Amino acid sequence: MKAQADTLAVRPAGAQAGSRKKRTGASDWVFAATVLFLFLPLFVLFFYSFNSSKGGTWTGFSTVWYEKLLFASPALWKAVANSLVIALGSASAATVLGGLAAVGTSRYRFRLRGVVKGLSFMPMLFPEIVVGVSLLVFFAGVGLKLGMLSIFIAHTTFNLPFVYLLVDARLEEFDSSVIEAARDLGADEFQTLVRVILPMAMPGIASGFLTAVTLSLEDFVITFFVSGPGSTTLPLYIYSAIRFGVSPVINALSAVMVALTIALVYPLRNFLKAFAARA
Amino acid sequence: MKRNYGPLYAGPQALWLAVFFAAPLVIIVAYSFMRRGLYGGVAPGFSLAAYRELANPNLLAVAFRTLWVSAAATAIILVIALPCGYSIARSRNQPLRLFLVIVPFWTNFLVRIYAWISILGNEGFLNDFLRALGLGNGIQFLYNQGAVILVLVYMYLPYAILPLFSSIDKFDFTLLEAARDLGASRMESLRLVMLPNIRGGIVTSILFTFIPIFGAYAIPLLVGGKDSYMLGNVIADQVTKTRNWPLAASISMTVTFITGIAAILYLARSRRSSASVQDSLAAQSGHGAGRGVARKPGAKGGLRGAVGKAAEAAA
Repeated sequence: MKAQADTLAVRPAGAQAGSRKKRTGASDWVFAATVLFLFLPLFVLFFYSFNSSKGGTWTGFSTVWYEKLLFASPALWKAVANSLVIALGSASAATVLGGLAAVGTSRYRFRLRGVVKGLSFMPMLFPEIVVGVSLLVFFAGVGLKLGMLSIFIAHTTFNLPFVYLLVDARLEEFDSSVIEAARDLGADEFQTLVRVILPMAMPGIASGFLTAVTLSLEDFVITFFVSGPGSTTLPLYIYSAIRFGVSPVINALSAVMVALTIALVYPLRNFLKAFAARA
Repeated sequence: MKRNYGPLYAGPQALWLAVFFAAPLVIIVAYSFMRRGLYGGVAPGFSLAAYRELANPNLLAVAFRTLWVSAAATAIILVIALPCGYSIARSRNQPLRLFLVIVPFWTNFLVRIYAWISILGNEGFLNDFLRALGLGNGIQFLYNQGAVILVLVYMYLPYAILPLFSSIDKFDFTLLEAARDLGASRMESLRLVMLPNIRGGIVTSILFTFIPIFGAYAIPLLVGGKDSYMLGNVIADQVTKTRNWPLAASISMTVTFITGIAAILYLARSRRSSASVQDSLAAQSGHGAGRGVARKPGAKGGLRGAVGKAAEAAA
């Protein structure tokens, strides 16, 4: 076998194998075109947010839409506030419930553990529309009025699997002998949890919480079904604005949101690889 | 004897999911076997009427269209995402390239739909541009199937690029050189050596694009027209407008069934694969990612590892 490989290796075709190194190849051109495609809509939004008129035709530079956004859009800011309340609330609830469940299933063996683990990632595998409709029907059945509370419940539900999986992955990584050591040195369950497990699981907990906040701020479909009067979130507000036709105030808002996203993601760029592996 | 606190820790989450996830699904299953109530809602009693309604030719047409649109969008996404994942994995500046993919991905979903409307609309950027060049006036780009597929591709492309990048990044590139040394052409080495090794990433990307696209609601509603209504829109209409809950439930069951088949095939595959739990975890956390070690079939994308693990645990 080895001799055969050697004979093949001296063939001229084989001699070129090393020349693949770090040239700009076809795949890099596809990537460049894709990045252009991904950013084109964001640039267009940004561009028109400074247009002085409402239509698609450029009529001159103006910051009038930003002024409107800041000083004349109370309904929009109410929606932003609702979104933030729900995002922080549901992410916190999901982090507590999901984090504790991950501690339980990774440290202990008990009856129904398999069921608990299976149930923990199921909501992620169901189409959003089905989750949304089933929650709507459920809330109607139990007579819960649709509003902030129903949105909070829905968001906590779809956030749980992400927190659970991220914390669980982190817990599986670390050396469980440290926990045994804490117990041997006389720490009770609560002390072990608070002083050993939680600090060690913190990266997983933090990324779970942030993922949950992001998903909650982002969600449109499920929220659409479980929201009621007075509980408009930002995506729902944008949705109704779109239905009424293009409004440059939304452009201004979008430009601000894209800028915030960049400000948030850029410092994190060195962690993005871990994020991609988990995506 | 140490007390077993497991149920105490896991209990609250299990209870939450049982009440707010499992119970609503059980209700949907139950409703799909009932009759429509006189004033909306449902009438008690077993009936297959809602499933018989599925055979309605209009509904079947929507179902096939949904399948076609999802398959087309997923295929286009895969063709674009493969070279992109490869390019990021081979780049010297991975963080920057990932950043470029993730910024649009983390921009609000509705904002991105809005952006496409302001590009493709009658008074939009593209028409404005064409008008300036004297190439047409007010061409209707929006509200058709092409627009729906374009925006779906735009929206779900990163979901495919990221797992593909992650599995290509773990691929041992010296294997390609070995293949070339053994006389394979460049394309042959990619097709015969690399593709089988990144199959896990490919399966993950297909699943992560196909499932959400198949249940799409907002995109066909906002950029589509009469020829692009999808099953998600029909479900929503049955719930909110027609108030035919049994039909909405039976269509939901169908959508769940089809995406469920995709998910089960995926779980079965990850259970069958020779990779151990530890291996999935290593792949997920990015540690011990085995650079320089010839990988077994299935250098995994992250969630695949996690889901595979969960499947094994549930078994």
